[in-house]
Amino acid sequence: MTAFIFTRFAQSVLVLFIMSLLVFGGVNLVGDPVEMLINPEADQAEVERVIRELGLDRPVTEQYWYFLINAFKGDLGDSFIFGEPALKLIIQRMPATLELALFSLFISLIIAIPLGIYAGYNPDSKPSKVIMAGSILGFSMPTFWVGIIFIMIFAVQLGWLPSTGRGEIGTFMGINSSLFTLNGLSHVFLPALNLALFKISSVIRLTRAGTREIILQDYITFARSKGISEKRVVLIHVLKNILIPIVTVVGLEFGSLIAFSTVTETVFAWPGMGKLIIDSIYNLDRPVIVAYLMIIVTFFVFLNLIVDILYTFLDPRVRIKGNHQ
Amino acid sequence: MSPKLRKFVEFCKDFSSNKVALVAFFIFLLILFVAIFAPLVSPTDPYDLNTVSIMNSRLPPFSEDFSGNYFLLGTDGAGRDMVSAIFYGLRVSLGVGVLSGIFALIIGSFFGISAAFFGGRYESIIMRIVDIQLSFPSILVALIILAAFGKGVEKTIIALILVQWAYYARTARSSALVEINKEYVDAARCLAFGNTRIMFKHILPNCMAPLIVVGTLQTAHAISLEATLSFLGLGLPITEPSLGLLIGNGFEYMYSGDFWISIFPGVALLITVASINLVGDHLRDMFNPRLH
Repeated sequence: MTAFIFTRFAQSVLVLFIMSLLVFGGVNLVGDPVEMLINPEADQAEVERVIRELGLDRPVTEQYWYFLINAFKGDLGDSFIFGEPALKLIIQRMPATLELALFSLFISLIIAIPLGIYAGYNPDSKPSKVIMAGSILGFSMPTFWVGIIFIMIFAVQLGWLPSTGRGEIGTFMGINSSLFTLNGLSHVFLPALNLALFKISSVIRLTRAGTREIILQDYITFARSKGISEKRVVLIHVLKNILIPIVTVVGLEFGSLIAFSTVTETVFAWPGMGKLIIDSIYNLDRPVIVAYLMIIVTFFVFLNLIVDILYTFLDPRVRIKGNHQ
Repeated sequence: MSPKLRKFVEFCKDFSSNKVALVAFFIFLLILFVAIFAPLVSPTDPYDLNTVSIMNSRLPPFSEDFSGNYFLLGTDGAGRDMVSAIFYGLRVSLGVGVLSGIFALIIGSFFGISAAFFGGRYESIIMRIVDIQLSFPSILVALIILAAFGKGVEKTIIALILVQWAYYARTARSSALVEINKEYVDAARCLAFGNTRIMFKHILPNCMAPLIVVGTLQTAHAISLEATLSFLGLGLPITEPSLGLLIGNGFEYMYSGDFWISIFPGVALLITVASINLVGDHLRDMFNPRLH
């Protein structure tokens, strides 16, 4: 067990190291670092001063070493546009992204689980076929385009919901979030539904497959033979057993919602991390780009590490394999 | 009839049993035809500055200009005919999607089959890399590549190959593992054929069915991902106007109610991706032995 965790941890560090090489290489070797890292409006004396300050006149290996040391200290450079540390900018915008991702996770579970159970319970009925066709459509629809359609219908034509920004922010138990005000909720609804779309399709499929398996189990037959109503069988026995794998998978895939929120945030001008990175790429704000990439990669690497370790607790087969390595 | 032909006819019959997939397949063929022959079937050349007139900008669908040109789906901000722009856009989108798919298929099946064939340390390293890569969402992998190295046609294709190869590698390895224990591989070994020959002339053809299924579904995914990246301004440059870029161009006119500029390219994208997905879904069911 310890050996397994140690191997995985070493692997995570290796992945982070390779990523830092890739990002560093992208910024400093492929493009001209002077052009990318120094504000284009700086004059010659300023350019030379910054080149010396950033150590760009030193060998590449030495530069990379300083990049790593500074990254460990939490110093990933200052943004050209905002003049603030890139790390601080990203951390400021993190709550908005997390709030969007959490709310859309909530929406997708609320919509998809009942539909999935229905489709699994009556696999050959007409509505089930419609649900399954809908889930294929949901897979095929490009998220950003659906977002545009949402804006067109609900914001431009009907004028029901706002289409940009985060709205009013309320405070509850020391947490600031737009989920705590009505205005904020109206702002988060469209982007969250948009982000949830892909998840809804996949959770419907998962739930349907799970329900079809569970329905055939002995304990369901037993529950029925005891004379329990069908409603209770579905709501208690099926639902409870289906929730375990779904919550596990969806929880573990939370990271993908954060990655895909880049797209939704851009469409709905949601002031989160994803919009920040896209804006920074437009503005060639390289320190922020580097900082974002390093943070998001670190986040994913450690998320995966935790997932791997959790799996060893949930699935003993993984643990045994790890011990024999 | 030769056995090969008979097998093909049987396959066609089997495929046509699902009417939805059959219709999807013909729609896809039509889209492919339009994409390949875009310059011939388009009403106008949307990128020929002599024929495009700014006077025609943002005309709604079903309108006509003074010289009698008819715009079925309207025009965009620069006065280009939307039908033609979509035809040319399909060409770019499908081209990038299919090209990256083919490269990813080649690279992925090479690593997958060789991993299964040689086993040992080589296999565990390759499969570990595959696992690590698949733990990152595809959009994030593409975002890292394009944010670090900048946008462009080759970079977009490289990003799409990097996103996809791991899926092919995993599929190729798992089917090759089954094939390797079969007698024909032993026979080939007894004939002292080289490793390369056994891997790619004997094992690879027998792994093609699952690889084709993954290929169709991945190509649909790649087309969709390219559109997303181009919409975000990270993918293709404006000189290669794919469907994603067309949708992005129309986005700025949305708030003034000119819906057609971004809606119709999106519909074209949706039909393309959905038809490929439906065909892929049916192929997967056909090749899945558990369902027969």
